[in-house]
Amino acid sequence: MQDVLTTCVYCGCGCGVYLQAENGRVVGSTASRNHPVSRNNLCVKGWHLHEFIHHPDRLTEPLIRKKGKLVPTSWDEALDYTAKELARIRDQTDNQGIGVLSSAKCTNEENYLLQKFTRAVLQTNNIDHCARL
Amino acid sequence: MAGLATTFGSGAMTNSINEIENAQVILVSGSNTTEAHPQIARRMLDAVDRGAKLIVIDPRKTLLAEFADIHLDIRPGTDIPLLNAMMRIILDENLVDDLFIEMRTENYYQLRDMLYRLDLDEAAKTTGVELSKIYKAAQLYAQAQKSVICYCLGITQHICGTRNVQSLANLAMMTGNVEKGDTGVDPLRGQNNVQGACDMGALPNVFPSYQPVGNIDFREKFEAAWKVNLPSKSGCTLMEMTHSGKDGPIRAMYIMGENPMLSDPVLSKVEETLRNLEFLAVADIFLTETAKLAHVVFPAASFAEKTGTFTNTERRVQMVRPAIAPIGNCRTDADIISALALRLGYAMDYDSPAEIMEEIAMLAPIYGGMQHDRLEACWGLQWPCWDRSHPGTQFLHKYYFTRGKGHFVPTEHEPPSEMPDKKYPFLLITGRIYHHYHTGTMTRKSSTLNRECNEALLQINQVDADQLKVRNGETLKVTSRRGEIKLTAEISEQVKPGSVYTTFHFAEAPINLLCIDTWDPLANCPEYKVCAVKVTKP
Repeated sequence: MQDVLTTCVYCGCGCGVYLQAENGRVVGSTASRNHPVSRNNLCVKGWHLHEFIHHPDRLTEPLIRKKGKLVPTSWDEALDYTAKELARIRDQTDNQGIGVLSSAKCTNEENYLLQKFTRAVLQTNNIDHCARL
Repeated sequence: MAGLATTFGSGAMTNSINEIENAQVILVSGSNTTEAHPQIARRMLDAVDRGAKLIVIDPRKTLLAEFADIHLDIRPGTDIPLLNAMMRIILDENLVDDLFIEMRTENYYQLRDMLYRLDLDEAAKTTGVELSKIYKAAQLYAQAQKSVICYCLGITQHICGTRNVQSLANLAMMTGNVEKGDTGVDPLRGQNNVQGACDMGALPNVFPSYQPVGNIDFREKFEAAWKVNLPSKSGCTLMEMTHSGKDGPIRAMYIMGENPMLSDPVLSKVEETLRNLEFLAVADIFLTETAKLAHVVFPAASFAEKTGTFTNTERRVQMVRPAIAPIGNCRTDADIISALALRLGYAMDYDSPAEIMEEIAMLAPIYGGMQHDRLEACWGLQWPCWDRSHPGTQFLHKYYFTRGKGHFVPTEHEPPSEMPDKKYPFLLITGRIYHHYHTGTMTRKSSTLNRECNEALLQINQVDADQLKVRNGETLKVTSRRGEIKLTAEISEQVKPGSVYTTFHFAEAPINLLCIDTWDPLANCPEYKVCAVKVTKP
């Protein structure tokens, strides 16, 4: 079993937690002994951090709406269609008609990329996330 | 965050989590810390064990309030009169830190003049707390050498949220309880990376590191780095997007890892907006209520499947490391965004998240020294960290405030926009519980957590329960002017008669259907915490 030190994904405390991986599956989580916040301790959500990762409801394929229903599709079709629609609406609304919501659950790097994408590619500052909620 | 930005110049926790355990007095306001921030509550309780005094301001008798030396159980939405009363008492008792005010702050006399006009008995009456208790709390807070304030959404999710925060900042500055270790004003951020998302400029008015988009110098810097012209006009906020309605200006949305269909106020309005979009793309790990309305859904990798960094509430930037490869056909959000950008004719080509972080370090001064190789070698670094030799910053505003001088903003009481009346006699308060998290997208998938708690409970006082002839476990109908839902009754002494309390984690009982859609005009933060409801047997 392999222990991978990472940061908990729930509240703002930012506990250090080890994910225990075996044969490509995360099977457990345990506290980091020396981490300045968690200090060998986790809350109930942290101790069960691994439980949602392999849940059968996880999305594993891109979905696209056809005849009113979401059906599995390929990455290429999903990305092509999204890019086409975003470009169309961006150009038709003079860069004003697209809104982007970023995520307080995603990494800094991903938030940086999404705001760069919004500003540089979609040409709008319509980007926000749930900090206000 | 607008509140601390206008008073101190930086909208983040001024001090660090571990400093809380060394404080002599801890004032906790609008935070159910034991349930929402367990590790921080642990520091508070450790401090209490060592003899620190704890003051809790909360309309409910939370677990933390039971450990408090003084529990100020105010009427919801009356934080400003309470804090003003405390400051007036501090003024009258001459517990003011004159030297700090003289050297480090501005606009104090305006605050003092306002406080001298305050009628203490009147203020106490508004809050519903005895004046003697407010006296004790004020003296306790001001007399200690090291007092710290912690607050959370119970302060900000009000129509006067920004001014609530400014009042707390006034209190801290007046007594000199900022700029040194074991003191400060600490907003406890609710999500693992809400601080980071703000730092990264996922906001309509600023680039990364809070550099305004309206400022030509900053815009030119980013235009040069990204090799593209950039818009100068501030964008729409979240509420302006999700509540723009059927014929609103927003025609398409891209939503990454958020669930506004459960998290935003007045869900019917959100649903109307999202259903009428020409195009909606959602990237998430589960098929959320929001993703169900999308035209395209991207399966995203979870935190256990990617490399990157999160910034916690004490500004600590820490590594996230992959334990496994993305499951199924999932991709990381970074990969999805890069692929979209490429198709739209703009290359966002990075070999690794470490390379993205290098670009961030170049453009965002407070992250200037935060390269992955440095973060790998320690327990993360706290911003501001200006360059590769900088050790990070444990507490802010040492020697001078980020904005120069600390700015006092006198604030006056503004009642919540909806108060109980004859038709809707109960005050509904919302919050979190220990076992679940936010819209439950993740925690509701854990069988262990569901075993602990798998339904939304409505806390109601024994007195009200007797009147309604309700017993524990019975179903109750809760109605506001905007909608109705059914909840299970839990008779509890935590709430006072006339108030009820529940959580927002459960899709089958979407409490935000009931909430009012007024918001703080300065921060656009919705008034989640209070609205008037009727409670009946179905």
